[in-house]
Amino acid sequence: MGAEGSGPLPELASVYWRPRASERTLTRAGRLWTLSTVGYTVPFLAAAAILPALNPVTLPVALVALAQAWMIPELSAARGSNVVRPRGPAKRPGAEAVALGLLGDLVGHDSRDLHAQTGLVLERGELGVWLVGEAGALLIRPGGRRVHCYCVKATDPALPSSDRIAHLLLALRTDESGFATVANLAFSGARARVRRRLAKPTRPALDSAVVAARTTP
Amino acid sequence: MPRLIRLDQTGHTTLAQWSAEDAASVEAASAAFRSELDRGYFAVVSQGEGHAEHVRELPLDAPLVILRRPIAGG
Repeated sequence: MGAEGSGPLPELASVYWRPRASERTLTRAGRLWTLSTVGYTVPFLAAAAILPALNPVTLPVALVALAQAWMIPELSAARGSNVVRPRGPAKRPGAEAVALGLLGDLVGHDSRDLHAQTGLVLERGELGVWLVGEAGALLIRPGGRRVHCYCVKATDPALPSSDRIAHLLLALRTDESGFATVANLAFSGARARVRRRLAKPTRPALDSAVVAARTTP
Repeated sequence: MPRLIRLDQTGHTTLAQWSAEDAASVEAASAAFRSELDRGYFAVVSQGEGHAEHVRELPLDAPLVILRRPIAGG
C-alpha cells in the first residue's frame, strides 16, 4: 500500500501545510496525546489528593476534581470512537444494495463478513491495521496497543453508506500516508479506552484488528 | 469487458464499457472519463487488497476504473 506506483493522493493539495504522516509523526502524535491527557488529569488528581488533606471540608470539591480527572479522558476517547459510529439505517435501500455489491468486490471474504457484522472494513497497511467506516477510520498501530481515530469522509453527503466506505478504502489503498495526512486526528490512545466507548456491534471489528496488528511487524 | 463506473447516489453508475479492438467504444469511454475528471472526480484502479492506483488517463487494460469524489478530514 503506498504512493510509489500511483503518485500522492490528490487531496493532499488541500492540506499542503501538514507534514506527511509517517511512522515518526504517528509515534510523536501518540506521545503528544498521552502527554496532554496526563496534563489534563494530573492537576485534578493532585487537587483531589491535597485538598482533603489540607481541610476535610473541601472533600466535595476533591470529589468533583476526581470526577473531572476521570471524565476528561473518557470524553476524549468517546470523541475518538464516534468517528466510526454507525450513521443509522440506509435512506435508499436500493442504492445501498448496489453500493454494498461493489464494496464486496473490493474486499476479501473475511473483510466482507466483518463488514456485515460490524459495519467496518478491515484493511492491513504499512502503518498498522485500519478499520474503515463511512465517516472515519481507526488505525490500530503495530502491536495493537494504541489506536489513532481519524475523522475523514467523502465530500458528497448523499452517497450510500457502502459507497462512502469504498471512497475511503480506495483513497487509503492509493496512498496510505497521504490518507492519514488528509484525515483529521480526533483521538489517539490506548485500545481499551477506545473499545469501551465503541458501540457494542462494532467492538468485534476492533478485536479482529488488534489480533491482526499483533502480527504486523 | 472493461467498465468505467462512477460512485454516486445510486450506488454506482456504469458510464462506459469498451473493447480495445473497438476504437469507437474506446473514444467514447475516454471522453466520458475526461468529462468526469473535469467535474472533479478522481479515477482509481483497484489492484486487490491493499493496492490501488490513481490514474489520470483511462487505462484501457484495466478491468474496472472507478470514479470517486474527493475525501476530506471531517
